Amino acid sequence: MTALVTVLWKDLLIEWRARSRAFSLATFALTVLLLFSFAVGPDTATMRAHAGAYLWLSLLLSSTLLLAQSFHVEVESNAIETVMLAPTAPAAVFYGKALANTAQLVALGLVALPATVALYDASFREGVGLMLPVLALGAAGLAAPGTLYAALTGRMGARQLLLPLLLFPLVVPCLLASVKATTLVMLGDPMTQLPSWLRLLASFDLLYWAVCGVLFGRVIEQ
Amino acid sequence: MKSIRWEHFVLAFGLVLLGVAHAWGLFYAPPEAMMGDVGRILYVHVPTAWVGLVAYTAAFVAAIGALWTGRTGWDAGIEAFAEVGVVYNALLLFQGSVWARPTWGIWWTWDPRLTTSAVMLLLFVAVLVLRRTVESPEQRLTVSAVATIIAWVDVPVVYFAVKWWRTLHQDFSSPETVSNTMVSPLRLAAFGMLFLGIGIAALRWRSAYVRLADQSDAPELPDAPAQLHLHPDREA
Repeated sequence: MTALVTVLWKDLLIEWRARSRAFSLATFALTVLLLFSFAVGPDTATMRAHAGAYLWLSLLLSSTLLLAQSFHVEVESNAIETVMLAPTAPAAVFYGKALANTAQLVALGLVALPATVALYDASFREGVGLMLPVLALGAAGLAAPGTLYAALTGRMGARQLLLPLLLFPLVVPCLLASVKATTLVMLGDPMTQLPSWLRLLASFDLLYWAVCGVLFGRVIEQ
Repeated sequence: MKSIRWEHFVLAFGLVLLGVAHAWGLFYAPPEAMMGDVGRILYVHVPTAWVGLVAYTAAFVAAIGALWTGRTGWDAGIEAFAEVGVVYNALLLFQGSVWARPTWGIWWTWDPRLTTSAVMLLLFVAVLVLRRTVESPEQRLTVSAVATIIAWVDVPVVYFAVKWWRTLHQDFSSPETVSNTMVSPLRLAAFGMLFLGIGIAALRWRSAYVRLADQSDAPELPDAPAQLHLHPDREA
C-alpha cells in the first residue's frame, strides 16, 4: 500500500513539476471540444443533445497523449527499471500509476466541463454534483487498460499508433456508458436510467482494474 | 512435393460437409417462413458466427498457455487462432450486410450483435498488428498474449453495453429456434465450418510455429566485433 501511494505521489509530482505539459494537454482537449461544433454545424439543439458525447470524445483523444506520456517518462532514461528494482509487487506500481492517470483525467474533465457548458449550452438538470462520480468512473475505465497498454507499447517505435489502436475498441463499453450517464445528468433522467449506466461503468472498472493489475507484472518484465 | 498431413484431410472433410449442407440448405430445405429464400443465408451465417467465436476462444486459451509456459507452440496458437477468428469475423460482417439489405432495408445498423462483431474484429486485428510490430520473440509472446486476453474479456462487456443501448437483431439461431426441417443442414454446415476452421488453423499454426521457432533458436548477434572468433583454433 505504501508503494502504491509512493508511485501515485511520484507520478503526480512529476506532472506538477512539468505543468506546461498539463497545460498543453488541456489546450488539446479544449481544441478537440471546439472542433466538434464545426463538424456538427450551428444547430444549437443538436449540439446541446450531444454535448456529453463531445466531452467524452475529447477526453478519450486526450487520454492517449496523457497515457503515452505517463510511460514515456519511465522509459526515457530507463527509470522504470529502478522503479521495478524496489522490493514491491508490480501490481502496486500499476495501481499507483493507474490512479495517477485517473486523477489527471478527472482534472482534465473538470477543465473541459465548463467549456462544454459554454460552447454547447449544456445544463445539468440532475445536478452538477452527479458529474463527479460519472467523471471518476469513466476516467478510471480509460485509465486501467490505458496504463497497461501504455506500458505494453511504451518501448515500441509505433507506440503513437498502437496505443489508440488497442485502446479505442476496448473502451467502447466505458465510452458508451460514460456518454449515456453524462447525457442523462445533463438532459434529465425521467426514467431513472442513470444508476444502471453507473453500474455498468463500475463493473467495467472492476473487471479491468483486476485483470490489468494481474497482467501488468508480465508486461513490465519486458 | 509437400507431404499430406492430417489437417489436409480435416480441411477436405470440412469442405465436403459444407458442400452437402449447402446443397441441402439451398435446394431441399424449405424456404424461411418470413424471409423466403433470403433466409437460406442462415446455413452459412450462423456457423460462421459460431466458429469465429470458437476460434477467438481458442486464441484466448493459447494466450493463457503462452503466458503460463512461455512456449513457442502456444504463441503460434495465438497467431493461428486469432487469424482464423479475424477471417471468420470479417466474413460474418460481410454476410450479415448482404442479408440485412433485403431484410431490414439497410447494410448496417448499430444493433448489439453487429456492433459487438465489429468491435471484436477491431480488437483482434489490433492484436495481429501488434504481433507484426514486435520483433523480439519473447516480447511478442507476452504482448500479444496480454492483448488477446484483454480483447477476449471485453467481448461480453461490449455486447451487454450495446444491448442496453439499442437492439434490433433477432435472438441467436440455434437448433431450438429453427424448424426441424432446417436443423439438419444447419448442424451439418456448422460441423463443416468447424472442420474447415480446424484445418486452416492447424495449417496456419504449423507455418507460424516453424517461423517462430526459427526466430527463437537464432543465436544472438555478438555485441562487439572483438567477439567474432568463428574458428579460434585456425587463427591460433
